[in-house]
Formats: sequence, structure tokens, C-alpha cells
Amino acid sequence: MRAGNKLALILLLTPLLLWIGLLIIIPHIDMFLVSIRERVGVGKYQISLANYWTFLGEPLYLVTFARTAIMSVLATVLTLIIGFPVAFFIAKIAKGRLQSSLFLLCLVPFWVSELVRTFGWMILLRETGLISNLLQWLGLVDGPVELLYNDVAMIVGLVYTSMLFMVVPLVTTLESLDDSIIEAGYDLGGSTVSITREIIIPHAMPGIVSGSIVVFMLSLGNYLTPTMLGGKDSLWFTELIYSQFIVRFNWELGAAFGFMLLILSSAIIWLLLKLTGQTLEKTMT
Amino acid sequence: MTRDTPGSADLECLALCKQFDAFTAVDHVSFAVPSGSFFSILGPSGCGKTTIMRMIAGFLEPSSGDIRIKSKSVLDVPPNKRPVNMVFQHLALFPMMNIADNIGYGLRRQGMAKPEIGRKVDEALERIGLPGIGKRKVDELSGGQKQRVAIARCLVLEPDVLLLDEPLGALDLKLREHMKVELKALQAAFGTTFVYITHDQSEALVMSDQIAVMNHGRFEQVGSGRELYYRPETAFVAGFVGDSNRWKGRVTRAESGLLQITTQAGLQVTGADHGRGLATGDQAELFVRPEAIRISRQAEDLSHLENRMSGQVTTLLFNGADSRAILEPQTGGDPIEVALPQSGEYADLKRGDVLHFAWAGDQANAFAVNDQAAPSLEAQ
Repeated sequence: MRAGNKLALILLLTPLLLWIGLLIIIPHIDMFLVSIRERVGVGKYQISLANYWTFLGEPLYLVTFARTAIMSVLATVLTLIIGFPVAFFIAKIAKGRLQSSLFLLCLVPFWVSELVRTFGWMILLRETGLISNLLQWLGLVDGPVELLYNDVAMIVGLVYTSMLFMVVPLVTTLESLDDSIIEAGYDLGGSTVSITREIIIPHAMPGIVSGSIVVFMLSLGNYLTPTMLGGKDSLWFTELIYSQFIVRFNWELGAAFGFMLLILSSAIIWLLLKLTGQTLEKTMT
Repeated sequence: MTRDTPGSADLECLALCKQFDAFTAVDHVSFAVPSGSFFSILGPSGCGKTTIMRMIAGFLEPSSGDIRIKSKSVLDVPPNKRPVNMVFQHLALFPMMNIADNIGYGLRRQGMAKPEIGRKVDEALERIGLPGIGKRKVDELSGGQKQRVAIARCLVLEPDVLLLDEPLGALDLKLREHMKVELKALQAAFGTTFVYITHDQSEALVMSDQIAVMNHGRFEQVGSGRELYYRPETAFVAGFVGDSNRWKGRVTRAESGLLQITTQAGLQVTGADHGRGLATGDQAELFVRPEAIRISRQAEDLSHLENRMSGQVTTLLFNGADSRAILEPQTGGDPIEVALPQSGEYADLKRGDVLHFAWAGDQANAFAVNDQAAPSLEAQ
């Protein structure tokens, strides 16, 4: 029986271990090794930190790096601000069929690929798009307006793409808040603002943090939305990585960039957990 | 129904109604709760008692009628401004705050200064007998402690009326018994008016100054526990408060309030209608409490009582202080449940033994049938 249990455990763990090992640990080790080698001649390499020095020495790389971080944080904050009331409505106010259909509505955009979703925004925002035409028809503008290819369009796209990943954990945590606790807050003289601040938000904190982590990581690592909706000046760090690997065929520098992105996202998530007093285990359960 | 003059009542409900679509949950309920008293609303689940409480707290709007606190109508006052606080069924302590912050929540909302809040919270913890637990988390407390904290959280605000919605329901039996005594003591110590909702008659009987028995959205009777127990005004109250032997029958003789009734099974019994004016030929329902029946091994001990009978023990229900025997009357008819005194003389009672039993006619409450729907077995 014990031996059988052990076998079952091994069989259960094998796919997980294979997945972690083959797809996460081994590629990362390899990428790290690639990132710390420098080409000194044809087929000749030596270990050095030259790629990282290149990254630190080039303002364009650093600016893009910082921009990507700040914009991702901004997209996360905006997603939270828009997603929280939506999640509260779904979890606490909507009942029965309305509740499930609203939840479904959040899911519907994900039935099509991200590419198609982004094209949807392009149809709306481009010079000959719906909004531009509507504004002209209303007489608010004289000629066609280009709403695409700027930071605002990019942020809109990022928020839209990540909304579901914020709403789902928020709905789950808010649903676990007993209605009578909110009522008790009112009964004891609390206003809507104070109840939201002192009762609802502290209760939803694990959901807020886990939603924010997911949305932040998705935004930071997003390639498609910044490329399609952002303009020439809206460089995203993933685009730099892409160009190093694919266009310049400089795998060494690309790998170093990849590692910088990993360090950045880990640092910001660590900071977020510290600031909110949450632990990773608590937010992921 | 005892009613104080309006001025001295902390809480008054006047012709209160609440309709949910076609369903009437509360139907013209009027009552007044005198200042500083313990008022209970007792009724089976679904009778509308929680609806009344939520209307008083302000979470539901009455369809019609008025709610007055200290003689002022509060219908336009939102829940967070009403001088009423509520202890919720599952207490609803704030798990994200420690005990001191829980108790201080309402005071903070009133804008009281921090040191003053700290002092008041310590004082409240002292009064509920839990000094020094302010820094603890909610889930570190036992059920009884949480209970006391939930009450303290309301009482620090010095509300005119404290509402309690079956707060003992989640506790185990021993603790519940203990909390009954403690709640009564807390109420006396704070002098606050309590309105208590329960489906458990023993909670209501032990703690309350006044009890309203509620059924189908109406008050059946309002009175002290004793009045409800000894002088129920309706068949529902007789059946819901305490246990009873109940028989249906026909009045064969009516004489100055005392009735002779022949039950459907042929038992001849006397009972009193206590002014409900039953006449010969009426269909009647008769309630006799098991503990109102005197038993003896000798027939002559009971010669001063009406309804003398003898019967054979068919079942013994031993339950400590509340032990019963079921007797089969020798003249035939329905089995009768009697309470067994636990003073020793019936300790050796066996099945098949013959006992004499009797009860005074005025201890048997007779009601005209079909004036009220009688409660089902859910009455405890």
C-alpha cells in the first residue's frame, strides 16, 4: 500500500516536475549562461558581464526599461480602479442570472485571440475608424483624427487585455465577504467611504494583490498590444528583446535583457507584497 | 398587552407592515418597548421576526406604519444614523481588525478623540469581563467571548435600543445556557433597552420582561413569560410556548367558564376557556401541560382535583429533570404525557405500572377550533 502510494505520488508529480524543469528551469539556466558570454571571435566566447554593461551604458535601453515598468504599473493601477467597482457589483449587488451573465461578459473577449481583440481597438481608434468618423459626423473635428499609435491607446489596450485577470480574483475575495459585516459597518455608523476603506478593501486585499501581480506581469511581458497600438515612440522593452533575438541575431544581449526584465518584475512584485503586508502564499490561495 | 404611555417607551412600532410582492411578511404589528426593558419576539422561522428587526435597524423600509425611537419617527433616518445597534446572528465582527478596533469602530466614526476611544474601549472590555484582550484577533476568541465583544461593540455607542438577532443560535448548548444568564446580567448592568429575536422559547422565557409571540406576520400575544405560559390567549401560543397534551373535542357542557369536553377519542375532560366564551356544542381544542398533571400511586391523594383518571405507563421518556411518562388511560382514549417529578418516588417506575393522575380544570386551556392555525411540531 505504501509503495503504491509512493508510485501514485511520483506519477502525479512527474508532469509538474517535467513542466517546471523543461520549460522553466533549464531554459532559464541556459539563457543565463548565454547572457554572460561575450563573443570574442568566430565561434569563440568568454564569460563576461559585457552584455549587462551594454544595457547599462545605453540610454535608450534604460529609458525603455524604466518606461515599460512605469507604464505597466500605471496600467495595473488603472485596471484595479476600473475593475474594483465592476467586481464589487458582480459579487455583491448583482444577483442570480444578472450575476452570471455579467461574469460571462468579462470572459467573452477572451474567446477570440489577443490579436483579434487588438485589431478591434484599431478599427475603433484609427484615422478612418469609428470614433474618428463619429467625431467628424458630430462636427466636433474638422478632419480625420488619428487616435492610434500613442501611449494612451497602448494603455487602453493593456487595461482591456488584463481586465479579466483583475476581476476574477476580486470577485472571489469579495464574494467571501459576509454581507452582514458590511451591514454591521453601516449599523455602527460607518459611511460608505469608511466602510470601503476600513472593511471592504482590507478584506479584498489578497485579491487586489494577486490580481495586480498577474496584471502587472501580463503588461510587462506583453508584446502584441504595445507593438500594434503604441506608436514609434511607444517603445516597449519586449520589443527590444525581440529585435535583439530576431532582427539583430544578438542572442547574448537579448538574453541579458530577458534577465533584466525578470529581475524587474520580481523586484516590483516583492515591493508590492511588502507595501501591502501580504505574502505570496496568502494571495495565491 | 401591557402598554406604557408613549413618552416612556424607547421603541414604538405602529401598525408596521412589510410586503414582499404578494407575500405579507409583517402584518400590522404594533408594540411599545418601555425604556430599559428586555423585549423578545418569539416565533417559528419565517414568521417575520427578522423582517421587523431589519426594519427597526433601517435595512428594510416598511410598506406602511411607523417606527418611533424615543417618540421620534426614524423612517427617514438611514441605518448609520439611527440610535439603534444590532448584534447580528453570526455576530459580524470585523475579522480585519483586532478586538479594540472592532469595539472602537463606531466611536471612530463618531469622530471621538483617540485617547477617549482607548479609554472607552478598555472600560467596555472591563465590563464584559475580558480586560486586556484588545490587541487580539477576532479568530483567537472563543464563541462566548466573540458574543460578548459583539455586544460591547454596540453598547459603547450607548444606543437607545439594542437589537439582537438570534445571537445564541451558533453556540453549543452549555454555552447557550450560560450566555442566557450573562446576557440578562449585561442588560441589567448597562440598562439599555434590548429587543431580542429568537425561535427558542427557553431563551425568550428566561431573559425577557416582555415577550411577543409571532406567527404569520402577526403578534399572537404580548405578555410576560408567565402570562404566555399559564394564560395563552390563542391556540398557537398554547402550542408554541411549552409542551402540551392537546385534544380536539366538542363542548358538552359550559358553566361559568368551566367546560366539559368530550374528545374525539372519547375522553371526558374539563377545561377552562378563560373568558373566550365557548358554548355547548362548540368544537374545541384543549391544551394541558404535562407538568400541570399531578400523579400519584394512590387515588385519594388527588381527590381535590378534577379530571381524575388512572392509566398504565406505556413509555418512559427519561430526560433528567425533564423526564416524562406516557400513560394509556384505563377508560380508553388518547395517550397522555405527564411530567415525572424527580424527587425520587418515581425512580422505580416501570412500563405497565398503573398511576393515578389528575389536573385542575383551570389548568386546561380550551380554545375554539379554527380560530387560529395551530403550529406544527417545529414548536420546541
